[in-house]
This record gives sequence, structure tokens and C-alpha cells, in this order.
Amino acid sequence: MSHPVVRDIRFFLAHTPGLVRHGSKPTREIHSNHSVWQDIQGSLRSFDEAAAYAPHQVLLGNMKPDGLNTAAAPWYENMLAEYSTSGPHGELVNEDQFHGLLKAADEFDLVLLEEGYAARVAAELRSHPRVTDEEIERIQGVPYSRIEERLTSREGAIPLLTRDGETIGLVQTDYVDDASLAPDILLENLAVKATATMALRSVLAESGTDPAGLQYVIGSGEEAIGDRYNRGGGNLAKTVAEAAACVNSTGSDVKAFCCAPVHAMVVGGSLVQSGVFPEVAVVGGCSLAKLGMKFRGHLAKEIPVMEDVLAGFAVLMGPDDGTSPVLRLDSVGRHTVGAGSVQQAIVEALVADPLDRLGLKFGDVAKYATEMHNPEITDTAGSGNVPRTNYRLIAALAAQRGEIEKGSESRDRFVEQHGMPGFSPTQGHVASAMPFMAHALDDLRAGDYQYSMFLAKGSLFLGRMTHMSDGESFILESNSGAG
Amino acid sequence: MDLAGKRVIIVGERDGVPGPAIEACVRSAGAEPVMVQTQCFV
Repeated sequence: MSHPVVRDIRFFLAHTPGLVRHGSKPTREIHSNHSVWQDIQGSLRSFDEAAAYAPHQVLLGNMKPDGLNTAAAPWYENMLAEYSTSGPHGELVNEDQFHGLLKAADEFDLVLLEEGYAARVAAELRSHPRVTDEEIERIQGVPYSRIEERLTSREGAIPLLTRDGETIGLVQTDYVDDASLAPDILLENLAVKATATMALRSVLAESGTDPAGLQYVIGSGEEAIGDRYNRGGGNLAKTVAEAAACVNSTGSDVKAFCCAPVHAMVVGGSLVQSGVFPEVAVVGGCSLAKLGMKFRGHLAKEIPVMEDVLAGFAVLMGPDDGTSPVLRLDSVGRHTVGAGSVQQAIVEALVADPLDRLGLKFGDVAKYATEMHNPEITDTAGSGNVPRTNYRLIAALAAQRGEIEKGSESRDRFVEQHGMPGFSPTQGHVASAMPFMAHALDDLRAGDYQYSMFLAKGSLFLGRMTHMSDGESFILESNSGAG
Repeated sequence: MDLAGKRVIIVGERDGVPGPAIEACVRSAGAEPVMVQTQCFV
């Protein structure tokens, strides 16, 4: 039996201001008042502004999370002078490239691009090392008249626009009476496929892993792929495995709202340790529905609409290689049905119980990764600073157990040392603990510390089937090399 | 605030105080919850 290790992770970001109109909140508001789009459009960021945004540079690995503590705030007004659209942890593409990737991911002519635009985008993507020749060939366009005719002559199509308002294509369905295959749903699912695929290709290529060696892919996103008879039936995982040329892999999806990635990591680690599937990837595509979710708050404060970025990730796990950080399956924290939904009970289940099991104190975990939502996006819209709230709860529990002194000074010191500012786009499951994993792998490999904990919560109550919450956690430990 | 005999609409928050926890409090104060929801704002 071999302990599972986490070998690598990559993120794929796409700046998609033109798609903000297709986020759930903007869609509804634009439907009732068309002028809302002009308001949103006037507050959308340019690609350079999105790239030079400090939290994005943290996600790409060009800056440490704690660097945000000293970065000039507000970050949206203080763009970094030096930035890159790629880094050791991932890449950021612009909206034109992403529209091309949507077409590249499309096997059913769901996406039509205007021919001139398609040619330009294909030329731009041709030099991208992770886009195949076959996909470049697939990025073929049609005359604008055909797009115009399809959008106006019958139902079942929605336009694709750039940030500047130019109609450059559409997404269409061939099943107009199937709500599960409506064009907005198909757009959402294609975006999930494209982001997860690019992340998986990156982590495989940059870790020197042969795609054919992968045996199981677990999807952990919140998308609901399927037709009217199997809404949410899914298996995005196998779709992504196919797109990433993982010919010997199978896969399935784990559904658990925002904490699905943590569940998926635990399931993946168990498959590795049992030997059933020794080479596993966990992937999570983007959450297009959340684009522009808090635009009202941002417009009211006259700040940029910052929910303009899609994000996906891919993690590689495998048997102990003597160097990669170990996923301690004996550390898994679980929020059971009987645990209740009070925050203290949740934090006890996810943090205190695992620490007790391993004989660790709160301070032994150097860094806790919780929901890493960027507070500049949430706090400015009245949704609070989610990471700080969670870190304060962990500190309060540490104080209650006598492991740190009581009082706000001690609490704030614990939060600063063992937490970090949020830096993730508000992309649901993607934001749940996973954004820190790339930094944790670097730190644990470098011997900066021994333990990092990843915890996430899921909002089961949103589905109107239960009032319950959910949550799960695990600890990553530096590899001692003892096997 | 005297909640006894009052009808209450409860909207809890995942990372704050969830609906069922507020429900337990208002029931103990003699109020009648007529709607209990928890929302997630991220």
C-alpha cells in the first residue's frame, strides 16, 4: 500500500468580459432592463487590467498570497507594474482566445464564429503549445449574415459578444424544447469543458506526465451536463480526459457543491492508496453562472465589475514518489449528517477533529486554505470577507481550547500567520481551498513547513432538498522520503 | 426586541449564521418562523 501524493496542479484563467452578460445575475437583470448591459459594459476591465491585477498574479504563481498583505490597496486601482499572463501555476488568456477555445471544444456545431474573427483567433491560438492542430482546424467561421439570420429567424440561439459589444458569433441548440440543452446551458458546459481541458493539458505537459499513463479523472465542478431525461447526469471528467488525450483513462464526477474538489481529492487519494487507479487527476472547470454575480454592488460603488474571469484547475495524484507532498487520508475531516449546521460545529468537525486524530495543535498547521474568495470582490458588494471570517472562526476555536490567548490581538496574529488574504475569482468550487494548493506544494517541497490544511464548505441547502450544509478537509504533509 | 407571538422570515448565511440556527433562537423566544432559508453569497 502506498500513500497518495499530490504531484502538481495548474490553473487556467480566461478573462471574459463579453461573457459577463451570460452570468446568471446579469442575464436576469438585462432581461428585465436592457440598459443594464450598458452600465455593466462601462465598468468592465481591459485584458491588461485583469492581467495586472495582483490576485490574478497570485493565482498564476508570480506572487505569494501573503504578498497581498503589503500590496497597495485597493488592488483594482493599483495595478502591478510588472506582470505576466503566465506563471509557474497557470496561464490567463484573453476573450478572443477563449472564444476560439469554445469553438475548439465544440464537437456538435453548437458555436458559430464569424469567419474573419475565427481566422484571427485561430491564428492567435496556433502558437499555443496546448492547442492541437485538429482543434485549430475546427476553428472555422461562417459569414456574418448566417449568424445574423440564425439569431433573428428562430429561437434557440444566443449571441456571443466581445467586451466592446461586437457580435462575433453565437451558441445554438438543435433541441429547442429541451431546457437542459438550451444555448445558455450549452455555453456554460462548453466553457467548463474548455477550462478544465486546458488546465489538465497544462499540468500533464509541465509535469512531464504522459497523458496515456493517467488512469482515472474525477470531475469536481458544479455544472449540470445532460439532456432533459438526465439533467446533471454529467461525466465531464471523461469528456476532459478524452480532450486531453488520456486514452487509457476513465472517470466520473463527484458532486458536492463548492466542496466537491475536496471530496474529489479524498476519493482520488483513496483510489491511489487502494491501488485500484494509481494515477489520478482531479479537475474542476469554471463557473460561468457566477460571472457578474455581484455587479450591482460594484456599480453602486463605481468600481470595476470584477467577476469577469473564468477559472479551472487540474491536479495530479499518484503513489508515493518520495518527494511530493502526502495527502494524509487519516486526516480527513468530515461534516457528518448529525454534526449540525452551526459554524462552531462545522469548524470542529473540519479542523479540530483531524488535528486531534493526528496529535497536532492548531499552530502546527502552517497555513490553512479555506474558501479563498477575493474580498475585494465580495466585501465591496456586501458579501463580507469570507476567508477572514473562516480564519477568525478557526482562531476562536484555538483560543477556546487554550492553544492561543483569547482576545482580538492574539486572534489577528493567528489569522495573519496561519491564514492569507483571499485571491481567487468568485468561481464557486474553484475558490474552495484549491487556489492555495499550488503554493502549498511549492512550500512543502521546499521544506518551508510540514503541514497545510485544506477545508471547504458546500451549500447543499441551495438545491432546496435539505437545510444541511456540507464540508470536508484534509491535510497535506511534506514528504519525509521514508516511503 | 420582544419576539413572542411574532411571525418571522429567516434568511441565514452559509459563512455566517445559517437559517436553522436562527430558527432555533427565534423559536426559543416564542416566535413562529414562517420561512427559513440559508443563502450563499459567493
